[in-house]
Amino acid sequence: MRDILLQSIWRTPLTEPRPPADDAESLELRAQLKQGVDAFFDGSLSIRQVDAGSCNGCELEIHALNNPFYDLERFGLKFVASPRHADLLLVTGPVTENMREALKRTYDATPSPKWVVAAGACALDGGIYAGSYACAGGVSEVIPVDLHIPGCPPSPDLLIKGLLALMMKGRRR
Amino acid sequence: MPNLSEILDAFPEIENHRPWPRRLVDAASWRALTELLAEGEISLLGLWGDAGHVHMAVLATEPWSIAVASLACANGKFPSVGRHHAPAIRLERTIHDLFGHEASGAVDKRPWLDHGRWRLRAPLGQQTPPLGQQTPPLGERTTPPAYDFVKNIGEGLHQIPVGPVHAGIIEPGHFRFTANGETIVRLEERLGYVHKGVEGLMAGAPLARAARLAARCSGDSTVACSLAFSRAVEAAMGVEVLAGAVSVRALMAELERLANHIGDIGAICNDAAFALMLAYCSVLRERILRACYTGFGHRLMMDAIVPGGLSVDFGENEAEVIRQLVATVRLAMPQLIELYDDTASLQDRTAGSGVLKRELARRFACGGFVGRGSGRSFDARRDVAYPPYDRLSFDVPVLQEGDVNARVWIRIKEVEQSLGLIEQILTSAPSAGRINAEPRATQACATEGLALVEGFRGDILAWVRVAPDATIERCHLRDPSWFQWPVLEAAIEGNIVADFPLCNKSFNCSYSGHDL
Ligand code: SF4
Repeated sequence: MRDILLQSIWRTPLTEPRPPADDAESLELRAQLKQGVDAFFDGSLSIRQVDAGSCNGCELEIHALNNPFYDLERFGLKFVASPRHADLLLVTGPVTENMREALKRTYDATPSPKWVVAAGACALDGGIYAGSYACAGGVSEVIPVDLHIPGCPPSPDLLIKGLLALMMKGRRR
Repeated sequence: MPNLSEILDAFPEIENHRPWPRRLVDAASWRALTELLAEGEISLLGLWGDAGHVHMAVLATEPWSIAVASLACANGKFPSVGRHHAPAIRLERTIHDLFGHEASGAVDKRPWLDHGRWRLRAPLGQQTPPLGQQTPPLGERTTPPAYDFVKNIGEGLHQIPVGPVHAGIIEPGHFRFTANGETIVRLEERLGYVHKGVEGLMAGAPLARAARLAARCSGDSTVACSLAFSRAVEAAMGVEVLAGAVSVRALMAELERLANHIGDIGAICNDAAFALMLAYCSVLRERILRACYTGFGHRLMMDAIVPGGLSVDFGENEAEVIRQLVATVRLAMPQLIELYDDTASLQDRTAGSGVLKRELARRFACGGFVGRGSGRSFDARRDVAYPPYDRLSFDVPVLQEGDVNARVWIRIKEVEQSLGLIEQILTSAPSAGRINAEPRATQACATEGLALVEGFRGDILAWVRVAPDATIERCHLRDPSWFQWPVLEAAIEGNIVADFPLCNKSFNCSYSGHDL
């Protein structure tokens, strides 16, 4: 009864993704992303997110990728719990000195071939925290970075765009 | 035993500290304050270091009043507060890590934020090189000293180390569980992994940069952090904010509360393997963020609040977007509440787990839904009554059970209250321009300001000293998590390991806000 009630209110079967968000650009972006994933990663890409000292703003937007508007998993992009299952590390934050070793070890635990995407202004060069005694100042100070997604924090659309750019970059390798 | 005003009134108020008095006390009175804290007569709001000094902010009940006491550290030492009042322990360890001031008589002298990986010790104080190092080390090349976890010895006990990198999209921190089979015997937290040195970066920063730093203390509370910082600066510099901007600020604060509460209700249920709730709640959360983007130009409303006013325009068009949003949320909530309340398998997980005892919530002065789920009725909006809340009507829900279920219900009820507040603010049709009273360097000497602001997690304390040239000399921001993380260790005892994510999420403490 409960489910029936809910379904009648939302008018969408729960097993299906929600209609994608409003604009044509997002639609286009998502279509491209699917092609990219299929062409290069044979249909699936496992992402391990690592917070290396972010303010947690970036995490909120990365979380949003999983909500029914963006529903990243339907494109084969999936967040996994262990770096050993991952193709890609999605790293945020200015890399605090206290996280430097943990980030390095997470990278080492990820099987090759692997990619690293640094997300957010801090992940590029420390951003607003650059110059602090407690920060290494950017992900590339500690591990090699393939792509940087700007923004503070990057919006979900921008994150998708960034992942897409990586697909293109990866294909040319 | 003398009461708070009897202790403090013996000392003159320090000039230029607003709006509550700050007094330089002697060691005997510092100890007397510690006793009052230990007796539960007053609550600790903050304890922080400064050049050659330590400051303590306390809250007295009935009537609610706030006072700050400062003590000069003779030979770099001050009498330990944590020895008698446990909530101060981690704060004292932090003061030692950042300033080098030593709490004499402290029971726990281990470092807290300093993991031995910085280039220097006491970065905000004497700036000495790390122990055993002549030349400053650089990151991974040094092997930091091992952390001395509390040892738990007993038959059948085993340890489960978790983190700092967790299995999800979460901030880093280390949890050391000692378990007997499935049951958690003890949890010990080790935090500090996301310490970015924000207070160090604040020192000497111009107001605009400091405001951006404050907005990034904890991204999920960016509005509340900005508001706390701005109010402290405005108090210090004697800046009046126009009524329209005050209303819009509160509007943003309530939208932030709404987004976080709704998102977290879903996430808590998801940690009890009830993904349906997460799906619906995350749709609502996304709608709120999109409305915020339309209304304020940023999904999280970062940097929209600045000392003196606002950095965004808010007019009738934007107000209409928010009005529609409120209608959408009002329509959706009853079904979600019913879904939560009618699902027995979900209640089975949330009811009775992660119980935080009332006594502990009171002693630690836990703010927000953590305190209010365990019988502590304090809300800075009502009890400090900063504008515009002094002229708005709302309830502060309180429950006594202290379990995960109680914390979820407090949030559900607070969603309702926030919707009401937003409606009240919007009926008075606020329209506000950009910065309307930009603080300028006009004062002759440094001034200090204190603010207590209710974020979605609880009360955030901001304390600033502004130099005559309108740069920040010292800024301290105390996240509500400081008084919530420690009690999670107690609340989890006797629960099963598999329920930790659920209990942890129901507290949802900030790592970044705590580590700073
Ligand atoms: S980029 Fe911005 S939102 Fe992301 S972690 Fe850095 S400060 Fe926070």
